[in-house]
Amino acid sequence: MKTIIHLQNVEKQFADQVVIPPFSLEIIGGEFLTLLGPSGCGKTTLLRMIAGFEQPSSGEIFLDGKPIKDVPAYKRDMNLVFQHYALFPHMSVEDNILFGLKMKKVPSAEQKRRLDEVLTLTHLTELRKRKPAQLSGGQQQRVAIARAVINNPKVLLLDEPLGALDYQLRKNLQLELKNLQKNLGITFIYVTHDQEEAMSMSDRIAVMNRGVIEQLGTPQEIYLRPSSLFVAKFIGENNIFSQENSHLAVRPEKIKVYKKDANPELHQKTGEIVDVVFLGSLQKVFIRLDGSEETIVLAHENSEATHAWQAGERVGIGWALQDEVKLP
Amino acid sequence: MINRTKWLSVPGLVWLGIFFFIPLLLVTVLSFMERGTYGQVVYSFTLQNYVRFFDPLYVSILFDTLVVSVLTTLLSLMIGYPLAYYIARMDKKWQHTWLLAVMIPFWINFLVRSYAWVVILRTQGVVNTFLQSLGLITEPLPLLYNFGAVMLGMVYTLLPFMVLPIYVSLEQMDRRKLEAAYDLGATPLKAFWHVTLPLTRPGIVTGSILVFVSSIGMFVVPDVMGGAKSALIGNVIQNQFLSARDWPFGSALSIILMLLCIVLIFLYYRVIRVQEREGGVE
Repeated sequence: MKTIIHLQNVEKQFADQVVIPPFSLEIIGGEFLTLLGPSGCGKTTLLRMIAGFEQPSSGEIFLDGKPIKDVPAYKRDMNLVFQHYALFPHMSVEDNILFGLKMKKVPSAEQKRRLDEVLTLTHLTELRKRKPAQLSGGQQQRVAIARAVINNPKVLLLDEPLGALDYQLRKNLQLELKNLQKNLGITFIYVTHDQEEAMSMSDRIAVMNRGVIEQLGTPQEIYLRPSSLFVAKFIGENNIFSQENSHLAVRPEKIKVYKKDANPELHQKTGEIVDVVFLGSLQKVFIRLDGSEETIVLAHENSEATHAWQAGERVGIGWALQDEVKLP
Repeated sequence: MINRTKWLSVPGLVWLGIFFFIPLLLVTVLSFMERGTYGQVVYSFTLQNYVRFFDPLYVSILFDTLVVSVLTTLLSLMIGYPLAYYIARMDKKWQHTWLLAVMIPFWINFLVRSYAWVVILRTQGVVNTFLQSLGLITEPLPLLYNFGAVMLGMVYTLLPFMVLPIYVSLEQMDRRKLEAAYDLGATPLKAFWHVTLPLTRPGIVTGSILVFVSSIGMFVVPDVMGGAKSALIGNVIQNQFLSARDWPFGSALSIILMLLCIVLIFLYYRVIRVQEREGGVE
């Protein structure tokens, strides 16, 4: 549990506009940390500051205890996988992957050994002589990853690496990336706006909004105990009930739907079903609460439940006290 | 779609047909004709004009022309690339100003510009009078009518042909590829050598061919700034048509020059393509 990257009071301004207000963050060696947030929340800027492509306006960044704010990108012992791969179009797959080792003048026998290793790891051995233009999006992404990991960086930075790929391919590569990270033991800092991706891969997630880290925690903590309204709304589906000065969040799977006459002692609110959506294993039940026209509550009900819910039906809803999260 | 849009090519094809292919055909035919005693064209077939080219006099002029053209191309590249790089790196609004500055000389007549250089460089010219008034020199420097003056005039005239295509390719280059190179440990110099330079090669190729082809046929600059001593093949051809009234020989020289250009450009592309195929970093 050793800190590998330490951001200390780091702030970023663009043209006198504060994009990221001062904050501190410690990243633990070997962990898979995801920076998650909507576009424009500052996650990519934060990543580029770590990589050395943006200079913090103030504060300091430490890599392995050494300050690196004034170290140029080409001297930092970490590598970035770019969003649109940024492969060198005039070089073959092999030459792309070897670029880093050649820049560092690694002996050629060592180059060859590591190349073969990485090609096997990323399933690119057959494609080694091709040019990037002759590869599919997923293959290009593999080359971009291979080109970075061959350098044995202390930290691998990934900027929405799967963003441009289709759904199925993304699912497969998520698994591959997670396995790669486990096998190599390298610290991954992963930027994405896709919360599902963040949940399925990360050890810890930093949820960002408007330049601020709203919450830092494990996927479970983030999902079950959101610490702010933004996190509660951004991660997964949620029902937010406004109270006087605060909010109450209850996940749809925690909401129980009852027939109007059954168990009235468990009802916390009553309403009318406006829509039912069948999604295979579960059905989504949308309920308009009595007394307020806008509030629609979403409940997830098991599809095999004994009662088939119908739109227009009067119902009561309830939840267990431990399933509600109080938010400021 | 192709069938419907092919009519768009008609104006261009008609123009090229009338003003390029027919004259080219005429020149080709003329080059196999004989010259009459009074400079008229005698319509009987001969290869004499082509044989005459191999006179050491003309071969050496052609050789000089090639040297001047290659040097002009190299100098333009060495001056033009950094300039294009500088322009491509600056603020967008300044880029337009600078590109305009590069192109403005085009708006002034070419001949006028060449004579302007004469005014600047001649014995009683601006430079010599200025240096003399400062007392730095006592005798005027021989700045005009020599090889250096021709090179100056050539590079000055043709530089925009180099700068513009290189600027375009630098402008189109994806900057993230450069960041990727830095990220992988390339110093700025190495990143330039292994990434920027190869990726802007199309601009360099286009610019070089434009400058080379323009300089190989150039006759105004050597005429105005080079004086009688530095005749290039363009001047010889001009003389055949205008002074010597030997149209067939002038035509033959034109055809030879054109074929030579085609062969050289072909070879140039071959070399470039081989380099591209090898690619990679050594």
